[in-house]
Amino acid sequence: MNRSPYITQAPSVTTIMLKVLLALLPGIAAYVWIFGGGILVTLTLASITALASEAILLKWRDRPIKPFLMDGSALVTAWLLALALPPLAPWWLVVVGTLFAIVIAKQLYGGLGYNPFNPAMIGYAVLLISFPAIMTKWPAPLLLAQTPLGFSDQLHFIFAGALPNGVLVDAITSATPLDYLKTQLGLHHQVQAITQAPIFGVLGGKGGEWVTGAYLLGGLYLIQQRIISWHLPSAFLAALALMAGVFYLLDPAHFANPAFHLLSGATMLCAFFIITDPISGPTTPLGKLIFAAGIGILTYLIRVYGGYPDGVAFSVLLFNIAVPLIDAYTQPRVYGHAK
Amino acid sequence: MLANLFKSSKLSSFNGGVHPPQHKLESTRAPISVLTIKNAQQVFVLPLRQHVGKVSKLLVNVGDHVLKGQLLANADGQMSAAVHAPTSGTIVSVQDQLIPHPSGLPDIAITLQADGEDRWVEHHAMDYRSVSKREVLERLREGGVVGLGGATFPSHVKLREEAKHPVDTLILNGAECEPFITCDDLLMRERAEEIVRGIEIMQYLLNTKECIIGIEDNKPEAAQAMRDAASKSQILIAVVVVPTVYPSGGARQLIKILTGKEAPSGKRSTDIGIQCFNVATAYTVHRLVNHGEPVISRIVTVTGKVARPGNYDVPLGLAVGELVALAGGAVENTEYIMGGPMMGFTLPSNHVPVVKAMNCIIVGKPEIFPEPPPAMPCIRCARCADACPVSLQPQELYWFAKSDNFEKARDYKLFDCIECGCCTYVCPSNIPLVQYYRYAKSEIIALDKAKQAADIARERNEFRLHRIEREKQERAQKHAQKAAGAKTESAKLEAAPADAATKAEEAKKAALAAAIERAKVQKAEIAPKNTEEVSPQIQADIAAIEARRAEAGLAEVAPQDENN
Amino acid sequence: MIGLAVLLGMVLGYAALKFKVDGDPLVARIDAILPQTQCGQCGFPGCKPYATAIANGEADINQCPPGGDAGVHALADLLGVEYKPLNAENGVPKPKSVAVIDENICIGCTLCIQACPVDAILGAAKHMHTVIASECTGCELCLAPCPVDCIAMLPIAESPDNWKWKYPVFEIKVVNS
Repeated sequence: MNRSPYITQAPSVTTIMLKVLLALLPGIAAYVWIFGGGILVTLTLASITALASEAILLKWRDRPIKPFLMDGSALVTAWLLALALPPLAPWWLVVVGTLFAIVIAKQLYGGLGYNPFNPAMIGYAVLLISFPAIMTKWPAPLLLAQTPLGFSDQLHFIFAGALPNGVLVDAITSATPLDYLKTQLGLHHQVQAITQAPIFGVLGGKGGEWVTGAYLLGGLYLIQQRIISWHLPSAFLAALALMAGVFYLLDPAHFANPAFHLLSGATMLCAFFIITDPISGPTTPLGKLIFAAGIGILTYLIRVYGGYPDGVAFSVLLFNIAVPLIDAYTQPRVYGHAK
Repeated sequence: MLANLFKSSKLSSFNGGVHPPQHKLESTRAPISVLTIKNAQQVFVLPLRQHVGKVSKLLVNVGDHVLKGQLLANADGQMSAAVHAPTSGTIVSVQDQLIPHPSGLPDIAITLQADGEDRWVEHHAMDYRSVSKREVLERLREGGVVGLGGATFPSHVKLREEAKHPVDTLILNGAECEPFITCDDLLMRERAEEIVRGIEIMQYLLNTKECIIGIEDNKPEAAQAMRDAASKSQILIAVVVVPTVYPSGGARQLIKILTGKEAPSGKRSTDIGIQCFNVATAYTVHRLVNHGEPVISRIVTVTGKVARPGNYDVPLGLAVGELVALAGGAVENTEYIMGGPMMGFTLPSNHVPVVKAMNCIIVGKPEIFPEPPPAMPCIRCARCADACPVSLQPQELYWFAKSDNFEKARDYKLFDCIECGCCTYVCPSNIPLVQYYRYAKSEIIALDKAKQAADIARERNEFRLHRIEREKQERAQKHAQKAAGAKTESAKLEAAPADAATKAEEAKKAALAAAIERAKVQKAEIAPKNTEEVSPQIQADIAAIEARRAEAGLAEVAPQDENN
Repeated sequence: MIGLAVLLGMVLGYAALKFKVDGDPLVARIDAILPQTQCGQCGFPGCKPYATAIANGEADINQCPPGGDAGVHALADLLGVEYKPLNAENGVPKPKSVAVIDENICIGCTLCIQACPVDAILGAAKHMHTVIASECTGCELCLAPCPVDCIAMLPIAESPDNWKWKYPVFEIKVVNS
C-alpha cells in the first residue's frame, strides 16, 4: 500500500465513545442516589436492546458486525436515551425508544457516521409524542416520596407495572420541577411562591440539581480529554442563561432565574453529551457556536411558551436539520484567501 | 539591529499542525560521510526528469565518454533543469528505467558506467559580482540547481529579479519538520559557512532587503552554527528559531510563522515580496558559483532499520539499495520510504537511483510502519479540521472526493491542500484522507486537461468548417464572375444586386455540381486503390463517413484543393 | 389585499426583468459536455450537430461512446432526464488514442487530411503526412479513407507525466457472516 502518512496518532472511535460513557458515570451515580437503582435496570435494558438491534441490522445490511458493535456508539445512544427517560419507565417504553433510535434513526440512514439526527433524541421525541403521559410522569426523588420504593419494588414496577400493595402511583410520582413551574404559572401563581414547593431545591429541582451537577463534572472531563470542544456547551449554556436572564430581569414574578434553568431538566446532559454528538452536529468552530446557541434559545422558548415542559429534544432535532446549512455558511478562511 | 529585532519580535503561527514523534536522534549521531567513487564498474542512473518542468534535452550519445560534472542533458527552456555526470565514465544506455516516483512507472534515464578515475571536467569559479546577473542565472540553469527541499523547482526561475514583484525578504528554510529527516540539520551543522556564501549570492541576485533563516527549535546545534556563520557575513542574516510543529517547514507555513504574512492562494510568494529556498539549495548555489561544481551529489538521510543510520553525501544516480547496504541495511525483502513518514512514498523498487529530490530513505517500512487498522466511517469529529495547517475542512473534502463530486471539492479549496498528512494523522477512523485528496486532484487535473483539449478541438473544428464555407463561397464568387463576364453585362450586376444574388446562387450551384463531378472523377481514380485490399467492413465505414460528411455539406469540397 | 397583490406582482415582474438569466443556449451547454472528438459515432457529422439534435429532441443522450458513461450522466443531469447506458450500436468506449501515420508507407494522397475534423494532420500532396499528436482527438475518421492503411491508432500510454493517483481501496470488506 503506497500512501502517506505512514504514522497516525489518534484515539480510536471506540476510545472516544468509551470516554463518553465514562464521563456519564458520575451523573449515573448521582441519579441512583437521588432516584434509586431503577435507572440501572433501564440502562441495562437499553444497552441490550441497542446492541442486539444493531447486530441484527448490521447483519441484514451485510456489514461487518464486530468493528461496529465494538465502536461503542450504540451504547452511547442507549445510555443517553435511558438517562433522558423517566427513571421508572416501563420496560417496553425503553425497548421501543431504543429500537427507534438504533433501527430508524441510525441504521436505516447508513449506520455510524451517516445519521443526520441525534438517534437518542429521535427515540426520545418519538416516545414523548406517542406516550406523553408516561413520559412526563417522574417519580419524586427518594427523599421526597411518601413511600420510597426499594430496588426490588422498582424492578417489579418497571417490568410488571405493578406497585406494592397499598401504594398508589400518585404517591410515588410527581411532576418535574419544570413541568410544575409551567402548570402553576398557568394558574397565575408567582414564581417565588411556586418555588417554595418541596420539589424545588436550592437552585434547580430538589435532587435533580445534584444529577445535573454531576453531568457538568463529566462534561468538563470530556473537554479536558479533548473529546468534545468547548464551543458547544459554552454557547448552549450561555444562550440559555442569557435568555433566562433577560426574561427574569424583565419580569421576575413570571420567569424563573437563569440558575434554575441551567440546573433543571436535561440542561447539562444536553450541553455536554447530546448536542456534542459530532455526527449530527456542525464541524466548523463558528458553526458550533451558532448551532449550540440556537438550541439554547429554542430550548428556553419551548420551556416557557411551548407545549412540552422541556424542549431539548425538539431543539436539537430542529438544529440537526440546519447543520449542512450552518456548515456551508461558516467555512473558516483558508490560508492565502481573503475572507 | 535587524537581527535583534527579529529575535524580539513575536513569531506568528498557522492553524493546527501536529507533533509526531521526531526520530531524528538516530541519524544525527555521526557526521556526514562522503561517498567517493572508487569502483570502476559502478553504474549510475540519471533520470532526465529530476525537477519540475520540461524533461531535460539530451546532449550525449550512447558510447560517449564523459567527465565528472560534464553536462549530459541541458535545461529545455526556462522551466527545466540540467543533468550532469556524477563521475567520469561511459554512457551505456539512454532508455526508460524505474525512477523514484509514486507511480512506479519507468521514465527516460541515462545510464553511466564509471571508469573509476573520477576525473573532473574543467570547471572554474565565477566572480558573480563582476558579471551580469543574467550570466549568473544562466550558470544556475546550466548547473542543474533545483530546490532540494523536495519540490525540485528550478532555482534560476525563482532567483530572477522581476520588476513587477520585487522581493524584499529572502527566507531560508532550515525548519526540516518531517520526522526522521536530518539532512538539512547536518548540513547546517557542518557546512554553515558555505550555506551562508550561497545565501549571499541569492541575496545579491534578488537584491533583497532582509534575509531570515528559519530553524525549528529541535536543532540547537544547527541554529548555533548558522548564527556563527551568519555573524561573519557581510550581509545581514537573521537566524530565527521557530517552535517545532509539523508542518512548519512547508514554505507557506514558514512564511506565515516568520513574517505573519500569507502567500496568496494559487500564486507565488513573490506577490507579497517573499522568496523562499531550502538551505541545501543555497549550499549548491555556492558550490556552483564559487567552485564551478554543478549539482552531482546531495546529502541523504538513511535511517530506519539500518546498522549505521546517518547522513551520506551521495553522488546522484547511485542505486538506493547500494546506499542502504553501505549504511548496513537490508536490500531484499523489505521496502523503503523516500522522504519522511508524513509525506513520503514507498519506492517502487529498492534499486531506483538517488535523485535530487531524495532527502531521506527510511529502510524497513513494513516493520516500522505497520498497516493501519481498517478505516471506519467518518464521525465528523473535525479533529482533521483542527489539525489542518491551511484551515481546510478535510471531512467535507473527503466526502466530496469520495463521491467524485469534484466541482464541490474545488469549491472547498481542494487545491490549497498541501498534502501534509496532518488530517490523516489525527483521524480516529483511520481514513486515508490525503489519498482521497490526491485522487481527486489528479482526476480534476485530468478533467481540466480533457476540457482544454475539447475546447481546442471545438475551435479547430469550427475553424475548419468556417474555412470550408469560405472556400466554397470564394469558388462560387469566381464562377459567378465568370458567368457574369460571359454575358458581358457586368454593369447590370451592379445595378441590380437582387438579380446578381440569384445569379450568384446559380453560379454556386454550378460550381457545386462541377466540384462534385470532379470529386467523383477523383474518387474513381483513387477508389480502385482503396477497394483492392480493404475489407467490406472498411468499405461500409467509408460509406458511412461519406454519408455523414455529405450530410454536413462537406462532400463537394473534398478533393477540390488537392492540386492547388 | 388587492394592493398587496399588485405590489408583489410588480416586485416579481421587476425581479424577472432585472435578474433575467442570460444563460447559454441549450445547444452550447450540451456541446460543452460532449468530448469534441468530432468522430461521428453518434450518427451526426460532429459534436455540434449532435448537440443540436439532442436539444431538438431528435437524438438520444446515449449515443456518444467517447464521452463515456460520465458523459451520459452529465447530459442526463443537464437535461433532467433519466440516465441510460450507452447505445452499443454507436460503438463502445475505448481508451484515448492518437492516430499515428507510418511515414514509410504513406503515399501523400491527402485523403486523411481532408477527413480530419480538427486539421490535426500536416502534409501536402505527394508528401508524406504526419499527425500533430496533441491536436488529435482520436476520432478514427482518417483510418477508413487511407488507401494504403498506413494509419494506426495508438492508445496513449501511462507515464509519470499523465499518471493519476488511484481511488483509495475501501478497507471495510463486506463480510458474509
